[in-house]
Amino acid sequence: MPKLESILDLEQFRDVCLKDRDAQKPCLTVCAGSGCTASGAHDVIAGLKKNLEKLGLADKIDVKSTGCHGFCEKGPVMIVWPDGVFYNRVTSRDAAAIVASATNGRKPVEKLLYQDPQTGERVLHENDVPFYARQQRVLFGNNGRIDPRQIEDYLRVGGYKALAKVLGNKTPGEDIVEEIKKSGLRGRGGAGFPTGVKWAALRANPATPKYIICNADEGDPGAFMDRSLLEGNPHSIIEGMIIGAYALGATIGYVYVRAEYPLAVEHLRVALRQAEEFGLLGQNIFGTGFNFRIKVVQGAGAFVCGEETALIASIEGRVGEPTPRPPFPVQRGLWGKPTIINNVKTWASVPQIINRGAGWYASIGTERSKGTMVFSLVGKINNTGLVEVPMGITLREMIYIIGGGIPKGKELKAVQIGGPSGGCIPASLIDLPIDYEELTKAGSMMGSGGMVVMDETTCMVDVARYFMEFLEEESCGKCFPCREGTQRLREILERICAGKGKEEDLEVLTDLAWVMKETSLCGLGQTAANPVLTTLRYFKDEYLAHIREHRCPAKVCKELIVYSIEPTVCDGCHACVAVCATDAILGEKKKSHQIDSGKCIKCGACLEVCQPKAVLVS
Amino acid sequence: MAKLKINGIDLEVERGTSVLEAARFLGIPIPTLCHDDGLTPYGACRLCVVEVGSANGNGRTKMLSACTLPAEDGLIVQTHSAKVEKARRLLLEMYVATCPQSKTIQDLASKYGMRQERLAPKHDNCIQCGLCVRMCEEQMMAGAIGFAGRGAKRRVSRPFDMTSSLCRQCGACMYICPVCELRCHGASAESTLCNGCLNFATVCMQSYDDAMCFLDPCHACEIGGPLRSDVPVKLSAVKSAAQEK
Ligand SMILES: Cc1cc2nc3c(=O)[nH]c(=O)nc-3n(C[C@H](O)[C@H](O)[C@H](O)COP(=O)(O)O)c2cc1C
Ligand code: SF4
Ligand code: SF4
Ligand code: FES
Repeated sequence: MPKLESILDLEQFRDVCLKDRDAQKPCLTVCAGSGCTASGAHDVIAGLKKNLEKLGLADKIDVKSTGCHGFCEKGPVMIVWPDGVFYNRVTSRDAAAIVASATNGRKPVEKLLYQDPQTGERVLHENDVPFYARQQRVLFGNNGRIDPRQIEDYLRVGGYKALAKVLGNKTPGEDIVEEIKKSGLRGRGGAGFPTGVKWAALRANPATPKYIICNADEGDPGAFMDRSLLEGNPHSIIEGMIIGAYALGATIGYVYVRAEYPLAVEHLRVALRQAEEFGLLGQNIFGTGFNFRIKVVQGAGAFVCGEETALIASIEGRVGEPTPRPPFPVQRGLWGKPTIINNVKTWASVPQIINRGAGWYASIGTERSKGTMVFSLVGKINNTGLVEVPMGITLREMIYIIGGGIPKGKELKAVQIGGPSGGCIPASLIDLPIDYEELTKAGSMMGSGGMVVMDETTCMVDVARYFMEFLEEESCGKCFPCREGTQRLREILERICAGKGKEEDLEVLTDLAWVMKETSLCGLGQTAANPVLTTLRYFKDEYLAHIREHRCPAKVCKELIVYSIEPTVCDGCHACVAVCATDAILGEKKKSHQIDSGKCIKCGACLEVCQPKAVLVS
Repeated sequence: MAKLKINGIDLEVERGTSVLEAARFLGIPIPTLCHDDGLTPYGACRLCVVEVGSANGNGRTKMLSACTLPAEDGLIVQTHSAKVEKARRLLLEMYVATCPQSKTIQDLASKYGMRQERLAPKHDNCIQCGLCVRMCEEQMMAGAIGFAGRGAKRRVSRPFDMTSSLCRQCGACMYICPVCELRCHGASAESTLCNGCLNFATVCMQSYDDAMCFLDPCHACEIGGPLRSDVPVKLSAVKSAAQEK
């Protein structure tokens, strides 16, 4: 492919790409995101290809692997174009049926269509599946439509139009920054700082050179939105960065991506190589005299390396520990020069805003939180996966419509939002609109968009202890309140979980949480106490039950529960004896059994296998 | 120049001055554990936090470490507000529990009116203030020690946990450490002279031509080194002794 020398070249090439592909030609797009790959997407793709070849249809019907659709729970998922028929839970054994239906009369394969669990009805199109119906996929919309390894696919869906627009009109940098400001876009990496304001601050700094960085460290356990976007649509991020570099006067950009994401790194590298070949990156882009290159840096993967000053230190080859701000990166960043760090999704939002206008973007969302947010919905919820929703959607819609409710008819207890240091929001706040301000008011935060749903079988003290254990591990240990505070909080919570807590402990917890929040050096320590503070705020009675009555109301904390067998219910089936790892269950077959509490390690294995439900926890 | 306000006092300082230095210039004491004039500010002990607002900040303030905060136009700084004092008291409560044996920490705690300790004592031998690491690197030009590990496992260490050839055992790290001060147990019953603190060998003069540091007191030098005023030492004599070895 010859280099595109001008915007005219780009548009002509786009036309060629579009004409190349007959919109009516059937195409089977199979999700090859991480979730679907794990559930066998590549077997499906191989199966489809084999069947097509067998029938000699390989040139009549295309097969494409795309990025993540978000509905990983029901993977592998795929779409049959041009009709847009959505199949879920596809296996390689279904390949023949799918190919047959695509060639003969296009009657969908009934059993692969999504079935509404409530009504039992089959749903034909992706957007009619309740999981997707309330979503607004501004950033992820193209994930299921393009092959991330082909720049032609990105061009076909209007890719690089925003870049052509600003370069073609020679839009001055400050106008672009103004447009981003007007859109109300806020950083998607956690803190929600207004992107336009940050960009304007960089432009106001006369020092050169200037750097831009894309933060793709994504260290939160369970979060995979940045990864999915890098894997599924890397060009959207690159386009955002090129526009940003042009607006900000940067000539070098970095993408800091964790090394544990090999597929994301690979797709990013492929995309960068294509962009360079096409002349979208490099010297004198489109003959405008603007030069820009992007380098990839792979991070070792500590959670704290996602913090911007630690990330900069890591790129520079220093230990990935945060340094105090100010000075902020826009003042003194990478190699001491003015630097902009934005999250993957922040960068990917930029072309959308340039294409469709700040007014359009600002019309989505709430008064102070604009646009869409991507959440990873996990935990005790029917539909786990990635969802992109307009800001301001309520927790109720998230959990009961998109998420499809709580499994096994259990009650919702709390939702932990914002990653490991997010707060736990109780079920009583189910109508809370999700935006930056409301979440902060409720004691939580937007964070990276992790959303863990908890049901009635969750002990909130244990949850606080669990997150504190994680944060204690991930604290870099540089500053005293965070290093020491996470250890102390974890120790106290462990004591309470063991029924050895004192009522004074609650005051100490609150005090330590406060001082960590106020004095820690970086965001990790400043937010680390959120799980403790919110569980204390909304579930204090649970703490008191552990302390005063030595009782764990959710029956989770091992030191406070006893397993026993109700003799009148036990039918002596012996099933529990087989699974007990410590031989703690005594009793002859057909006679009622007993648990030796001295040997019992409270693993709950017997509870799981007991058919007549004779095992009691008290 | 940067114009700022500290505790209601307007002042103008050179750009690049830290708020800690500016406050000290006014005679306002701010407690520190990881700061030393002459070493790069580190911002890890967090004891120097001050409440910072700005003229157009609508009264909103942030808690920032004064040692790392560059003085800038329009900053409004409170070094001893109720919030700051509460934070320092709680930090000190944690410090005392972590290293109750440190006199520096005990003194600060009493100064801050700490009357109760609710946390279990730990007797750690390091608060990771990083003074020793910076001292070794920036003043002794040795770089023989550094931090290793993360979180609770982070500690000051030497490469491969062996005495590094870079270390010339100058003792500067111990000199500056606020924690590993030896507790004085006094003289033993048999003797009135203790000399417990003088537990170094004179290594410096055996390997180098000139005195490598001017620590006061350098334990090694106190025994037989060139800085001891009552014992005249010929450098050449020490050198030739070293060469003979
Ligand atoms: C402990 C910690 C971890 C972080 N991890 C990430 C991360 O994985 N990805 C990210 O984009 N931002 C992360 N951030 C936020 C960054 O420091 C920074 O605010 C962000 O990258 C700025 O981009 P934005 O304005 O687009 O949000 C983290 C912050 C902290 C304190
Ligand atoms: S707050 Fe925690 S993670 Fe951040 S610098 Fe301090 S110790 Fe490191
Ligand atoms: S050994 Fe002493 S000086 Fe060195 S970091 Fe620890 S407390 Fe600070
Ligand atoms: S003296 Fe400022 S943080 Fe330690």
